[in-house]
Amino acid sequence: MRFTRILAAVLILILIVAVGFFALAWRSEIKPVAAADPSSFSEDLVQQGARLAAVGNCIACHTVPGQPAFAGGLALPTPFGTIHSTNITPDPETGIGNWSEEAFQRAMREGVDREGRHLYPAFPYDHYTRVTDEDNRALYAFLMTREPVRSTPPENDLPFPYNLRPILAGWKLLFLDKGPFQPDTAQSEEWNRGAYLAEGLGHCGACHTPRNRFGAVESDRHFGGGEAEGWQAYAINANSPAPIPWDTDSLAFYLRNGWHQWHGVSRGPMAEVTGNLGLLPDSDIVAIATYVASVMGEPDEARRARAEELMAQAAEGPGEVQAAPAVDTQAGAGNPQDRGALIYASACAGCHNGSKPQPFGGLRFSLSTAVNAPNPQNIVNVVLFGLPPSDGQASAVMPAFANVLSDQDVADLLAHMREQYSDAPAWENLVDLVARTRSGEYKVVILPADGIERGPENVGASDGAEE
Amino acid sequence: MTIVPKDGFTRKGLTRRSVLTGTGALVVSFALAPHVLAQQQPAAAPEPPKLPGSLDDARRLDAWIRIDANGDITVFTGKIELGQGIKTALRQVAAEELEVEPGEINLVTADTGRTPDEGFTAGSQSMQNSGTAIRNAAAQVREILIAEAARRWNVPPETLRAEAKTIVAQDDRTIGYGELVSSQLLAVEAQPESLLKSPDALRVIGQSIPRVDIPAKVTGGVAYVQDLRLEGMLHARVVRPPSPAAQLQDVDTASVEQMPGVISIVRDGSFLAVVAEREFEAVNAMRALQQAARWSEQAVLPDQNNLQAFLEATKGDIGTVAEEGSPEVSGKIFEATFRRPYQIHGSIGPSCAVARMVDGRLTVWSHTQGVYPDQEAIAEMLGMDLANVRVIHMEGAGCYGHNGADDAAADAALIASEVPGRPIRVQWMREDEHAWEPFGPAMLMKIRAGVGEDGRITGWNYDLWSNVHSSRPGGAGNLLPARHRAQAFSVPAPRFNISQSGNGDRNANPLYAFPNRRVLWHFVPEMPLRVSALRALGAYANVFAIESAMDELALLADMDPVEFRLRHLEDERARAVVEKAAEEFGWSSGAPKGDRGRGFAFARYKNLAAYLAVAVELELERETGRTRVVRAVSAIDSGEAVNPDGIRNQTEGGIIQATSWTLYEQVTFDDTRVTSTDWSSYPILRFPSAPDSVEVHVVNSPGQPFLGTGEAAQGPTPAAIGNALRQLTGVRLYDLPFTRERVKQAIGV
Amino acid sequence: MAISLNVNGETHEVDVDPATPLLYVLRNDLELNGAKFGCGLGQCGSCTVVVDGAAVLSCVTPVSLMEGREITTVEGLGTIEEPGPLQTAFIEMQAAQCGYCIPGMMMSAHALLTRNQQPSDREIRDALMTNLCRCGTHMRIMAAIRRAGELMQQAAAPSERRAG
Repeated sequence: MRFTRILAAVLILILIVAVGFFALAWRSEIKPVAAADPSSFSEDLVQQGARLAAVGNCIACHTVPGQPAFAGGLALPTPFGTIHSTNITPDPETGIGNWSEEAFQRAMREGVDREGRHLYPAFPYDHYTRVTDEDNRALYAFLMTREPVRSTPPENDLPFPYNLRPILAGWKLLFLDKGPFQPDTAQSEEWNRGAYLAEGLGHCGACHTPRNRFGAVESDRHFGGGEAEGWQAYAINANSPAPIPWDTDSLAFYLRNGWHQWHGVSRGPMAEVTGNLGLLPDSDIVAIATYVASVMGEPDEARRARAEELMAQAAEGPGEVQAAPAVDTQAGAGNPQDRGALIYASACAGCHNGSKPQPFGGLRFSLSTAVNAPNPQNIVNVVLFGLPPSDGQASAVMPAFANVLSDQDVADLLAHMREQYSDAPAWENLVDLVARTRSGEYKVVILPADGIERGPENVGASDGAEE
Repeated sequence: MTIVPKDGFTRKGLTRRSVLTGTGALVVSFALAPHVLAQQQPAAAPEPPKLPGSLDDARRLDAWIRIDANGDITVFTGKIELGQGIKTALRQVAAEELEVEPGEINLVTADTGRTPDEGFTAGSQSMQNSGTAIRNAAAQVREILIAEAARRWNVPPETLRAEAKTIVAQDDRTIGYGELVSSQLLAVEAQPESLLKSPDALRVIGQSIPRVDIPAKVTGGVAYVQDLRLEGMLHARVVRPPSPAAQLQDVDTASVEQMPGVISIVRDGSFLAVVAEREFEAVNAMRALQQAARWSEQAVLPDQNNLQAFLEATKGDIGTVAEEGSPEVSGKIFEATFRRPYQIHGSIGPSCAVARMVDGRLTVWSHTQGVYPDQEAIAEMLGMDLANVRVIHMEGAGCYGHNGADDAAADAALIASEVPGRPIRVQWMREDEHAWEPFGPAMLMKIRAGVGEDGRITGWNYDLWSNVHSSRPGGAGNLLPARHRAQAFSVPAPRFNISQSGNGDRNANPLYAFPNRRVLWHFVPEMPLRVSALRALGAYANVFAIESAMDELALLADMDPVEFRLRHLEDERARAVVEKAAEEFGWSSGAPKGDRGRGFAFARYKNLAAYLAVAVELELERETGRTRVVRAVSAIDSGEAVNPDGIRNQTEGGIIQATSWTLYEQVTFDDTRVTSTDWSSYPILRFPSAPDSVEVHVVNSPGQPFLGTGEAAQGPTPAAIGNALRQLTGVRLYDLPFTRERVKQAIGV
Repeated sequence: MAISLNVNGETHEVDVDPATPLLYVLRNDLELNGAKFGCGLGQCGSCTVVVDGAAVLSCVTPVSLMEGREITTVEGLGTIEEPGPLQTAFIEMQAAQCGYCIPGMMMSAHALLTRNQQPSDREIRDALMTNLCRCGTHMRIMAAIRRAGELMQQAAAPSERRAG
């Protein structure tokens, strides 16, 4: 079964390669230019570019934590191998200093570099193609006024045939829908602005929409939930697993502040997104929230009623106190549920049953999307690797439990939490999932809570894997 | 074996005989509680002579030094170890003059049952006060021993010397200290003058002797009050109100009383606590009580984003800190407003105390900075006789000023008075310490100064707005539980006082020489947030403002900032540390390249303690606004350096701590509650942002008085950082802390 | 509930509520002073001990999971009479002010040095990421850890020669 699938994939790939070579062939080089004089760009244009770069979250992928911004070299694990981001500082030799604006515009629209080589869609040009020429001009101005950094990123680590860039031509033929954003005239201006930002530079769907086996987003499952850097990007359509449904206000608050009282703090790659959106004006934040909330739609009666109940409970005060020994430890020895409750009482209750509000207090788990999500990956990540402190910035901090809890311990704890704080069915194969996450077989990128922190590299998965 | 040269003494015109004949009448009384004793004595001589350091307050030698018949030497100090190394430095001072090794000295620190009353261990005054007292007392004890040996052998005392716990004669006869002492030998009043060893004869003072307390601290010995385990000890936790003005309305304790291990729930007004057999049982019961309690809260806090408005709205007095010439300012003018937020001490170990009430007598073990004031306040709170309250100091985690120590001691005392018999250990939780310790006050500093064509400052107007920086117990009203009891003690009205060493106005008057100046303190009496002494008091913000202004004035004068400072410094010791720091930093080789800047600052702490100059190299990541001090080079003159490595350790720590304050720290609150309640919401410097190097160069001044060291770096450091950022980016930051958002906003993208 | 704990090479039987965090058991039942209460939230590192070679925050570690695991506290690194290399290094560099955070620092360092006796500056800083110091002793702590690595290597060197 598996073999035939692989065989089919290979055959299709060969076909794509052939099509790529013969039908599309090589793209032309755009002549190098002398590095633009930073003073030739107006201050307004640079400022606008800065805001757009924040929406695009450029810095997150194009910067190695602890290294100069935009100098590239960050390893991005993908199902096809590891891709290293490029240097997009204006250094003429190792960055994009000798790119003309035309070359930059083409890269954003078509995913082709100045020399004419196809770029891997880890650079989300399938979204960036929607960006207007005017916005690209501002982005170009912003990048050309950064500090040039001389730095060559490591080679990509991709097996055959993915290491052949020409096959990307075929990929584009199948999956790249080129062209600018088309507004929906039936919708408000605000909605359209939000849609333009979310579908274009914001590239929300790059993580929040599932991908097919060729790494292309499945457009018929728009915002249906995907993954990024080892984290679940929850469904942000009607299938959102948030216990209290999102609305425009809560989304706008979350995007603006990186947390919300009914939802907790952003973490994983989303923390970088909310960390970056700080530069964006409120109007754009609200526009994005308006658009995404409309994609989610109105919750049904049952969900709404459940939400009301949860909000009422939360308003009463922090979580019900679990006097730790309330679990009958004597009788329950060997019962995994009770082990989970015990672990919860000594390791979790101190913060999560305390009285501190969001974003720095532990979230009540009945409000937690992670505990209510179909896939437990995110809560496994957080339990094992914690939320590392953001050096010098207020941030939600949680200790890593990888060195304390065994795979079985984590599974017991999560089973207890699922039972206690969610109506959803129990998760399956928890022990296996924890083991694969801990070993690094399933790669997880851990960054401090505000995301853009240039913190130490070794926090998280790689460290856990070495142990 | 050390032999003291015959001329190894600073004689100051005295002979040994005159020292002896001058000793006052033997006071036949036990040396405890000298201040009580003093009150009981009839008014004798109208004005007793001024004695060196704290000797002036506890005047008898045996209050400070005891020698047993077996030769054991015990030195008593009313000061305490705060991690500043005082236990080591005081031993060095005593050992020097007693001609013994520091390891041969037993040192007893603050205990109302045993040691002199030296008030608070604060203001970097331990060496100045206690060190000076002990050194003089030790020298006098040595002379008394020599005189006693001379009497017994019938030889002139000039022919004898002290050496290794013995007195040695010219014919090599020896007699041990223990054999010489009798019960009354040291029960004498100290003299105003002592035969101190001359600087060139010192063998222990000036040596970087390893700290005596470190080995136990790194091997798990009992080192802190947190480690105290008494027989039958119970564990207590206090349930603090959710906000400063909250009052307890109602609490259903029935279910909590049933929880495992719970012994008692103490409720008195808004004071709520639980006592349990085991510590985790107390924690669980505390959490349950937090859920059960219902409080009424009041929105009484100022707008955190506009503390300036709160400070300026004050109707308090205005005090003149300094005035010289006219307040007119001419030439090129620099005018600016600087602001400092509320900040916390942030001890790594939350406050803790143990108290036991037996037969109406209360003993409290506390890491308070002042056992005597605490004794008085606790006695007042509980309506007890002073004689029935004993407060014994045990170390806590570093406090850097008035943290929760006294309140925890009062918590334990109050609970012990309700649950007598067994010892009660109160351990504050992290949230208690963050939200309830008294904060370092918010401040506002306005400056207007000018510089003339000749590159000299023409005039200086400086106005600061601040609370008083001390609300230490002196009275039960300054203890949290006393405020929360049903019969509440009211908070004492803050006293406005302009003193030489300064408070909110500490270091508000620049040490620089120029003709015209006016420095005013606009006193802010309202304290919606409880505030008290945080390391350096007002000096942190005042030196920040002054030294930022000095750089701006240097720019207006088109002069190098170090040269500009030197031009206005007349004190040679001040000039020496400025020159030393600049030289060691390599200031003359110009500013660093790339995204690094450099800054310089100087101050003499309190204008009368240690001199300190510091230069820093700062790194900036423009995209995020993140800054880091890469390198700091400082020079400090603390007078006669008793333990140079101790001075370096303190100063390195001061620079790093002040860096953390300056880059990251501010208490946050809404209109009702303090919201920075742990290390998540109140971040401090972590290792990834620590500098690459911190150098401290000790400029020794042999023969000069000991000068307070521990707080000297707090003021110059923020200014040097601000100046480095200014040099690098051309932008001045006026608001502490220099958060990433502020830096980003200031420099633009 | 009776729990058997292996601490610093010795086995102890303790009778405690199994939900108790390890820290309270170490301090109150085993009367070990090294691990300190700092926050109870896993934010400051004062309570750090080593479990099976890895640094662990004992204030959020369930004691019931510690059966059969090797726990090391600062008391297990040596004694005041015979200090181990880390203790010797911290004394030599005078790497303490108030000293409250230091045992936690030493245990994080112990976990690091057990893996790597020549850690880079970056590795030391990363290993101490979750340890807070308020006195500002950072530079000396890092110097002491480097020094301890040297001492450990020196101690290991002769035995290697013997083995060779």
